[in-house]
Amino acid sequence: MTATIQTLEPIERPPTTMGSRLDGELLEVSMGPQHPSTHGVFRMNVALEGEIVRKLKPVFGYLHRNHEKIGENTSYLGSMPYTDRLDYFCSMTNNWAYALSVEKLAGIEVPERAEYLRVILAELTRLQNHVSLLGFLLNDMGAWGTPLMYAFREREKILDLFESLSGSRMMCDYMRFGGCRCDTPPGWMERAKKVVDVFPRFLDEFEKLILSNEVVIARTQEVGKLSPELAVNAGITGPMLRACGVNYDVRKVDGYGFYPRFKFRVPLGDHGDTYDRLMMRVLEMRESIGILKQAFEQIPAGPVMNPKVKIRAFRPPVGEAYGRIEAPKGELGFYLISDGGTNPYRYRVRPPSFINLTVLEDLCLGHTVADVMVILGSVDIVMGEVDR
Amino acid sequence: MESPEQIKARAEAALPGVKIDIVPNGSPSRQLSLLIDNEHALAVARFLRDDLALRLDFCSNVTGIDWLDRTVKKTVKVKKTIDGEEKEVDQTTEEKISGYLEAVYHLYSMTQKHGPVVIRMRTTDRAEGVRLPSLTPIWRSAEFQEREIFDLYGVRFDGHLDLRRILMWDEFVDHPMRKDYREADDYEYEPTPHDDVLERAKQHYAPRPQLDGAEKITATDLHG
Repeated sequence: MTATIQTLEPIERPPTTMGSRLDGELLEVSMGPQHPSTHGVFRMNVALEGEIVRKLKPVFGYLHRNHEKIGENTSYLGSMPYTDRLDYFCSMTNNWAYALSVEKLAGIEVPERAEYLRVILAELTRLQNHVSLLGFLLNDMGAWGTPLMYAFREREKILDLFESLSGSRMMCDYMRFGGCRCDTPPGWMERAKKVVDVFPRFLDEFEKLILSNEVVIARTQEVGKLSPELAVNAGITGPMLRACGVNYDVRKVDGYGFYPRFKFRVPLGDHGDTYDRLMMRVLEMRESIGILKQAFEQIPAGPVMNPKVKIRAFRPPVGEAYGRIEAPKGELGFYLISDGGTNPYRYRVRPPSFINLTVLEDLCLGHTVADVMVILGSVDIVMGEVDR
Repeated sequence: MESPEQIKARAEAALPGVKIDIVPNGSPSRQLSLLIDNEHALAVARFLRDDLALRLDFCSNVTGIDWLDRTVKKTVKVKKTIDGEEKEVDQTTEEKISGYLEAVYHLYSMTQKHGPVVIRMRTTDRAEGVRLPSLTPIWRSAEFQEREIFDLYGVRFDGHLDLRRILMWDEFVDHPMRKDYREADDYEYEPTPHDDVLERAKQHYAPRPQLDGAEKITATDLHG
């Protein structure tokens, strides 16, 4: 028996590139998109010299679903639940920004109680966003689990409030052009007051645990410094801007909603480093608690919806409007162009965390790989908003 | 803050050769915008940023718009003499506007705390690879947003140092935010075990042994 088995030609393999790269000065590393501390699917192409970052190019688009195109193919009201999915941590402020822009576009007035409800919900959103950011950042630094669970315990109370009000914990879809969808259920305001009353005690404890921690100080102070000139020029907004000492808060500048009626201060940082950005969040939460307490006292009874607004078959006049609010992550704006139809001709979202990433390379240059994660965490990004 | 008319007058006086048009806005928001010519766009932008009264140092929002070919109906009252009597008659004229792409910038001032001033630039047509001057040298916040316009609308920005696709993948061909964009059926096509790959995969299977006479041996032969 002479069975023959043909042997295959040896396959030509490409020469390995690894060796040649290691011989060079820089090592290219692709961080992400599945990295646990990139807060979603975010990738950074990093050129390293040893452990030091020499170049960094962010890569976006893993979660891109062309939100703006979908908004242009949907009615004005139809985009409202979809704004929840932008920054899924802060659906209430997304709703408000969109509602505000449409109200500007069509010239709609909002009843007093609805304006107060909006302020209350936006500040509750700010509390839960900032507290979970601090938890996530500690997670990125290596404090696995515990600080995050502390933060989530408090966040959960606020999400419960959202759930009993709107029916959903995160995808609230609560606001409408000309008011809010429904009034608060009985007893909601008392529950909210209780949550806000106990919050400072938690915040004191959390602040003591985090911000005086030796490791946190060593890893955040003098890391990722941002100059105020660059921050203004690069369009940085929100706590990241104010950490550089630039006094710019849309709540104060535009005075949208009923914010001029509340007494609150705008906390400012000195150094613009990561520690200041953390500190900014803690201080802003304290101011938010102050605003909430004032709002609970002042809120009047009354309707929550402007009865003149035609929600269905809503056709604003031909024209355009840009409305913006101070979302927890920065300035969130919506730019709408109406051609007189039921759908917006142009629907644009100005995402704060996307534009805040403009300076990510400037912040990270000269720092180690481990610092990149801390800096990225302190920028506070949510990929649903960055990629849209 | 100065009105758009005042800004237009001052900019045209300060920069010779600059022509600025004011674009009306029918919405109650009354955000009028300044249409600046592409040739002098950088100079106007620098003027808006550095002028001491304006100080528009913060470029908040940058976005593109795709305007298709459209007809605009205009009603003008015209005096006509009908039967020897002078009457006012509505006369509608249709104006055809050919399509163009537009870039819109919303400017605010962080030092003076005022805004917005809206400036726009228009391309001549909607062809592939139309060009506009980049304002990233003036405001760095336009860096990613101009890349996004390039990616989704296909406007090339002259003077942008890093103009690449940002949200779509690099191999993608069309510009999805254009109004006449049609989604391809198979734009995520990857050669999975079909045609070429299947051919190549066959190489890895050893062929069946050739006939060597063994199959002819039967049971009767063995015992016979």
